[in-house]
Amino acid sequence: MAEIRIGVYVCHCGTNIAGVVDVLKVVEEIKKMKNVVVCRNYLYMCSDPGQELIKKDIREYNLNRVVVASCSPRMHEITFRKAIKEAGLNPYLLEMANIREQDSWVTEDKEEATKKAISLVRIAVLRASLLEELYEKEVKVIKRALVIGGGISGIQASLDIAEAGYEVYLVEKEPSIGGHMAQLEKTFPTLDCAACILTPKMVEVSQNPNIKLMTYCEIEDISGFVGNFKVKIKKKAKYVSWEKCISCLLCQEKCPKKVPSEFEGSVGFRKAIYIPFAQAVPNKPVIDSESCIYFQTGRCRVCEKICPTKAINFDDKEEYEEVDFGAIVIATGYDEFDPRLKPEFGYGRYKEVLTGLEFERILNAGGPTFGEIKINGKVPKSIVFIHCVGSRDEMVGNPYCSRVCCMYIAKQAYLVKERLPDCKITVFYIDVRAFGKGFEEFYTRVKDSGVIYRRGSPSEIYKRGDKLIVRSEDTILGEMVEEEADLVVLGTGLVPRKETLELAKKLKLSLSPDNFLLEAHPKLRPIDSNIDGVYLCGCCQGPKDIPDSVAQAKGAASSVIALFNKGVVTVEPIQAYVREEYCSGCHICEGLCPYLALEFDKEKKVMRVNTALCRGCGVCPSACPSGAIVMRHYTDEQIEVQIGGLLWKE
Amino acid sequence: MERIKIVGFACNWCCYAGADLAGTSHLKYAPEMRLIRVLCSGRIDPKFILEAFKMGADGVFIGLCHPGDCHYQQGNLKTIKRVMLLKKYLKQLGIEEDRVYLGFVSASEGEVFQKKVNEFVERIKSLGPLNWR
Repeated sequence: MAEIRIGVYVCHCGTNIAGVVDVLKVVEEIKKMKNVVVCRNYLYMCSDPGQELIKKDIREYNLNRVVVASCSPRMHEITFRKAIKEAGLNPYLLEMANIREQDSWVTEDKEEATKKAISLVRIAVLRASLLEELYEKEVKVIKRALVIGGGISGIQASLDIAEAGYEVYLVEKEPSIGGHMAQLEKTFPTLDCAACILTPKMVEVSQNPNIKLMTYCEIEDISGFVGNFKVKIKKKAKYVSWEKCISCLLCQEKCPKKVPSEFEGSVGFRKAIYIPFAQAVPNKPVIDSESCIYFQTGRCRVCEKICPTKAINFDDKEEYEEVDFGAIVIATGYDEFDPRLKPEFGYGRYKEVLTGLEFERILNAGGPTFGEIKINGKVPKSIVFIHCVGSRDEMVGNPYCSRVCCMYIAKQAYLVKERLPDCKITVFYIDVRAFGKGFEEFYTRVKDSGVIYRRGSPSEIYKRGDKLIVRSEDTILGEMVEEEADLVVLGTGLVPRKETLELAKKLKLSLSPDNFLLEAHPKLRPIDSNIDGVYLCGCCQGPKDIPDSVAQAKGAASSVIALFNKGVVTVEPIQAYVREEYCSGCHICEGLCPYLALEFDKEKKVMRVNTALCRGCGVCPSACPSGAIVMRHYTDEQIEVQIGGLLWKE
Repeated sequence: MERIKIVGFACNWCCYAGADLAGTSHLKYAPEMRLIRVLCSGRIDPKFILEAFKMGADGVFIGLCHPGDCHYQQGNLKTIKRVMLLKKYLKQLGIEEDRVYLGFVSASEGEVFQKKVNEFVERIKSLGPLNWR
């Protein structure tokens, strides 16, 4: 084997590393190591001149291994692999030492930090000398995308991908697409009617030949990797043949069973056979078997009798469809915070206490009161709004800001003022975050319209006679106040969906501490998930308003389109292989592989690794009793030399 | 007092990312902890742990995903089993089983990483250097 010639580059990262670690000392120590031909330090290794420095040295000193000591390899491994590749080296001959995230940023004592840096760079150099060239393989991408969730984000992502000419499956668990946006009356700060801007997009989805709309469906199972995901979709039993149904909705009208509606919240109801709302897409009903009288008691079948096209089918069964996809967009949205977790506000106990979305339905012309602001049949004379219910609240475990409540309360207060000018409106707030385009101007307009903003977080709501009393401290006056109200609207925050958490488990997606889905990098990769080929958009990644959700959806769509246009993905060559001469054919490894990548060669009586299936976890080489299986890039020797390096006598 | 030596392993997807998060959050922890990155904790052959002790380690930290969260489905479960078995042998070899530690740390648990590392390093310090050959 040719002589090992290593170049080592220690990054200052401005003062991030050099402010704590004595970079020159590291260079001095590492220079003494065997095989190290050149060792340098530089202000920013990842910058253009930094990368150029490495490339120049590779050519000049004929380097065949490179060690970069800088930030986490999770941050810049790809950058530096690309750099050394440009200089003619195999990209897998790079090793990184993480002396920022795992040293300078976490070590108090400067001397200790320097020692740790030397140790980390040393094991990187030792490992580098054992690295081998590896070659990436290209795998074809299936040019079909799966979008999970049919709210505004999922709708936008689907439309954009379909517009680019690629096939899209849009899967939604409810009978209709539209999501939370369909529940809204107007949108802040422009007061556009939500339905007027949303419903045309919903129709567009249903008419686009590239989009296969699968509502009332759920994701049962997902496996595979970027370019080749295998997905099992569950089609829930609808008990209505949508092919036969002509959307006359006689069935919904005649159904005798009323149940609380998911769409209207506590302020409205639906039937057991229902479409969620009048503008639903597709505009076809389903039977909710848990509330249907026939399914519960065996009698009724009114819908079946009334249906003019004989579309009702009580024997309908759930079905499964397996489809392959190249990329997945997750747009599963959010749940509204359940204010029952704040019992002091009396939600669930007092009918006059509503959540933000429920009040949205009261304001909505398509809602249960047809847009008339009424509670218990009466027009309220005074309304209190409360900010931050279930957000910025450590007590319920949600320390984050939900980002939309300040503005939707301002909007709702303004809409009430428009329709009921004499109604007294009081808003209790902690502070008002009007950060977006046009938000501050709108907030000023709302205040000028006569809405009273009082700073303070209410502690209790109770009833006196037929009035609700909101008790709070006014932190500007510095005294306790009681505010009478006919109606209280809680500014309920946004929380992660339970279903999203289940999906995250199936796909092995990472979560942020707040349980929303975690992006690959908070600044530079806000749309990518930790899984290649899976993109995030909308509120599943964290609370956001409509324009932000749409922007992210368009971003996710363009990531998918870019992947499909390229048509191939490179598969990391970090895989296991079997050294046949050592394999005794004992089969111990076979059962361990989670991907069934180990196959027995009956003729030679040895195991083989199927490179199309191996993902490189390294479970099998750790179990092989004869050391026949080698894990490329993480070989026994490469790991052992690092162990030895860490235990170097200093 | 003789300085204690620790070998840390971390899987790329959970613990290593959690350690990076501790870094970006600037959470300070004991400098004795130094991590070797592997893709999955399933790559950690028990012989690596023995070798670490042989070469002078006083403690071995294994950072892995919470059960059910493994990026490779169940590599972490294999590691748990292997380490549990190994611990029985360690006792026979005269090594306190507390010197090997399984730290479950997810990618979002920077603080958990900091806490577990500090606890582990403290424990090894109180056990003192391992004089094993």
